[in-house]
Amino acid sequence: MNSEQNNRSTTELIRPIPATWWLKKRTYFLFMVRELTCVFVGGYALFLLALAGKLEDLKAFEELLYSPSLIAFQIIALPMAIYHSITWFNLTPKVMVVWRGEDKIDPRIIAGANYVACLIISIIIVCIVSRFRETS
Amino acid sequence: MTRSKEPIFWSLFSAGGVVAALFVPVTIILTAIAVPAGWISAEGMHELCMHPLSRCYLFLLISLSMFHWAHRFRFVVVDLGLKQGGTFVAVICYGAALLATIVAVIQLVSA
Repeated sequence: MNSEQNNRSTTELIRPIPATWWLKKRTYFLFMVRELTCVFVGGYALFLLALAGKLEDLKAFEELLYSPSLIAFQIIALPMAIYHSITWFNLTPKVMVVWRGEDKIDPRIIAGANYVACLIISIIIVCIVSRFRETS
Repeated sequence: MTRSKEPIFWSLFSAGGVVAALFVPVTIILTAIAVPAGWISAEGMHELCMHPLSRCYLFLLISLSMFHWAHRFRFVVVDLGLKQGGTFVAVICYGAALLATIVAVIQLVSA
């Protein structure tokens, strides 16, 4: 018996992991980027919440929309939001396995359907919003 | 035996993930590019947001995105080294999402 082992209350070895573990490997890094996209999604939700709070005051509503710092934040948030969409769509076939009789449906079809849905939704939203280009 | 609340939060996280993935990029393009570039006037955007359907849209986007953030961010904090106090972080995160949801309802209904 190892005497050193007997002195410890537990024989379990807990290796300390430095907080920078995710910088060590490219896959770890991409995982962390994916997880951190939530900060931008949440931040944008707060921006929308602020906009919703200014619905009664058109002037304040406009100021919020034209605020340079908020536009800058959104420009940074856009690629992060797109990265969230890409990683989310690519993960859907792993979470949702669709069977057709005996065959498993190709995961690329499921992921692809998400991309197509996203594109169609985006086009529809742009069409709706473009009807409000000028005040009636 | 106490039932875990985890499935509720995971469902909200998942729903938020779907909503954010499908709707957030186009919405950012509209508010961050289309409006400042002058393609859509701020007045037009305001008029659109006053519509009941737009309010529902904003509510779902705000609330579900916040719950999505809460669930992910909670684990990011733990992954980045805060092993202790995980429960405290969870309460803060889900609490913030719940608060944002309540504030969104009040603002979108009253305006």
